[in-house]
Amino acid sequence: MSTADTRATSGEGGIATPGTQRFAEWVAAHPSAFPLGLLLLTCALVAMINPAFLQIGNVYDLLRASVVTGLFALGVMVVLSSGGLDVSFTAIGALVMYVITRYVIDHAPDMPMAPILVAGLVGGCLLGVINGVLVNLLRAPALIITIATQYAFRGFLLTFIGTSLVMNIPASMSAFNDLTLVQGVNADGQRVRVPAYFLVFAAAAVVSWLMLNKTLIGRAVYATGARPEIAARLGFNVARVRVFAFAWAGALAGLAGILHVVSNRLANPFDLAGNELTVIAAVVIGGARITGGTGTVGGTISGVLLITLVGSVLIQIGVPSIWRTAVIGAFIIAAGIFYAWVDRAAGRS
Amino acid sequence: MRYLRPDIQLLGLVVINAAILIAAYQIIGARFLSPFNLQSMAGQVPEIGLLALGVTLAMIAGRGGIDLSGIALANLSGICAYLILGPFGDSGFSGTGYLLALMALSVSFGLAGGIVNGVIIGYLGVTSIIATLGTQLLFTGIAVALTGGSAQTLGFIPELDDFANEPVAGMPLSVWLFLGVALCVAAWLRLTRSGQQLYLMGSNVKAARFAGIPSKALLLKVYMIAGAMAGVAGVIIAARTSSLKWDYGTSYVLVAILVAVMAGVRPEGGHGRVICVVLAACALQLLTSFFNFLALSNFLRDFAWGVLLLAFLAVMRVDLSGYWPLRPARDGPD
Repeated sequence: MSTADTRATSGEGGIATPGTQRFAEWVAAHPSAFPLGLLLLTCALVAMINPAFLQIGNVYDLLRASVVTGLFALGVMVVLSSGGLDVSFTAIGALVMYVITRYVIDHAPDMPMAPILVAGLVGGCLLGVINGVLVNLLRAPALIITIATQYAFRGFLLTFIGTSLVMNIPASMSAFNDLTLVQGVNADGQRVRVPAYFLVFAAAAVVSWLMLNKTLIGRAVYATGARPEIAARLGFNVARVRVFAFAWAGALAGLAGILHVVSNRLANPFDLAGNELTVIAAVVIGGARITGGTGTVGGTISGVLLITLVGSVLIQIGVPSIWRTAVIGAFIIAAGIFYAWVDRAAGRS
Repeated sequence: MRYLRPDIQLLGLVVINAAILIAAYQIIGARFLSPFNLQSMAGQVPEIGLLALGVTLAMIAGRGGIDLSGIALANLSGICAYLILGPFGDSGFSGTGYLLALMALSVSFGLAGGIVNGVIIGYLGVTSIIATLGTQLLFTGIAVALTGGSAQTLGFIPELDDFANEPVAGMPLSVWLFLGVALCVAAWLRLTRSGQQLYLMGSNVKAARFAGIPSKALLLKVYMIAGAMAGVAGVIIAARTSSLKWDYGTSYVLVAILVAVMAGVRPEGGHGRVICVVLAACALQLLTSFFNFLALSNFLRDFAWGVLLLAFLAVMRVDLSGYWPLRPARDGPD
């Protein structure tokens, strides 16, 4: 949509007074600030309602609980930035984690943690490439294609690989879970800790940030997402950039699957499915638009922390946890409406 | 007769239906074609057909339109209607009265949910993917919260059971209702001004705006109709299974899209025929029953649906219209 069209739209609806327009422009120019502010505001509100919320143990819990969602979300954010959408990542995570855990137990029970993590990365990356190639070949919306691959990957796992739980995970994975980064004691005497695998998420965030902001392929991702035809004229191979974004998301999803096994101490092939929308909610709240070209690592992490926090504090503020799903749905809708307004008012849509 | 124009899509779907019937007859035998089995298969078409029609309308509207909230809204509408009416024994209604009350309430809730979608997408300018992902979660979440996550059992109500299972003139009433709804949607698309405008808007959003097509109101209308159809689907599910649960038919999100794509509805908008959607829903139901007879697992079926959807998207990329001697398929209304 050109600027002239946007002016017409915002004029007709009368949505932008100078003040609100400045706010919208500020939000559009500082994509991570808004979700971060929302996160801090939520923390402040919860602390006002229930002062017991403010203790270091809750921070540790929040960090630990956001690792798997966070890895998925970073991948989805990269795909959204490139103008695509991925809903198959939980299926990729489940397939990769189950195949690798089973393989390691049956054939290489002494395998150390590092090669397991690399195997997760590579396995997920290959499945992501399938997504990317299909999106290029079939020229259909990425949503529809990744819904199809979601069912194909999951159906393949449950039909051809197995449906039984793997309870005795490899020794190296179990030891990795026990490795502690920091620990403390809660007010009620409960020991709380941040496990070392949190560093994997932190590293993934740093590498994703470097990729998006400091490399040519990162620029290509944003360019392809925002204006594919212009990106093509700049000499970017748009098809290859798309495959790269899906591969990135797949690799992080594979990693997320492995860490899911590590943290739960079991590999359940039915796990992870159904969490797609929570992850997408986090990414959308983090400011990535489905129209491409806008995702940031900072915004996404704030979105992940916010969604994880909302999922766990409902009880502390007196809302039955049964409303969790509805609340997350409301968050997606509210974020969608808010950013649609920002884009119109700031003249960026 | 031009509304039954035999384009290659329609012909392909007839061939697919026939091929599945013949294959099933060869492998399973006459059992597959027994009146009982045919009626039981027919009874399962309406719910998926109604949801697929909702997806179809959203896709025709263009701009990457899609409705992912259909089955969530169907479950929620049915659950709300049932919770308001209460169990049959306490409601004081006759069986038919109970069915009609259930239908009226469920359609109203479906319509309300559709208005929520339509306002968010049409008037607040949110892309339909994000909006309906959000409402899918919202509707599901409300259904979970209202029922505490447990199934609502309606018990055996003869009139309800007959509605979904007892053949009248060869097919259960629910199927006739579905065909009636499909006919109304087709008539709306082909014969009314706003139906024609929908195709135009779907094929070229910019041109539609300059032509003065009220796209916001049109989008609202599309999602309202889709919502109402989800409400009808909710009652049919309740009647057929005698129960309502928030997570009934989770794979319908994919299956509804699969049916629409099989029917040749283009995800980029402006193209799609109701009769093809009905035939695609029939083909998919035949295939489901075939798989059931072969005792294939649900997981293998999900795998097959995923692969099938990719296959049909691939077929869509091959343009066969040049080989069709009568008249090439045209985009848009006719």
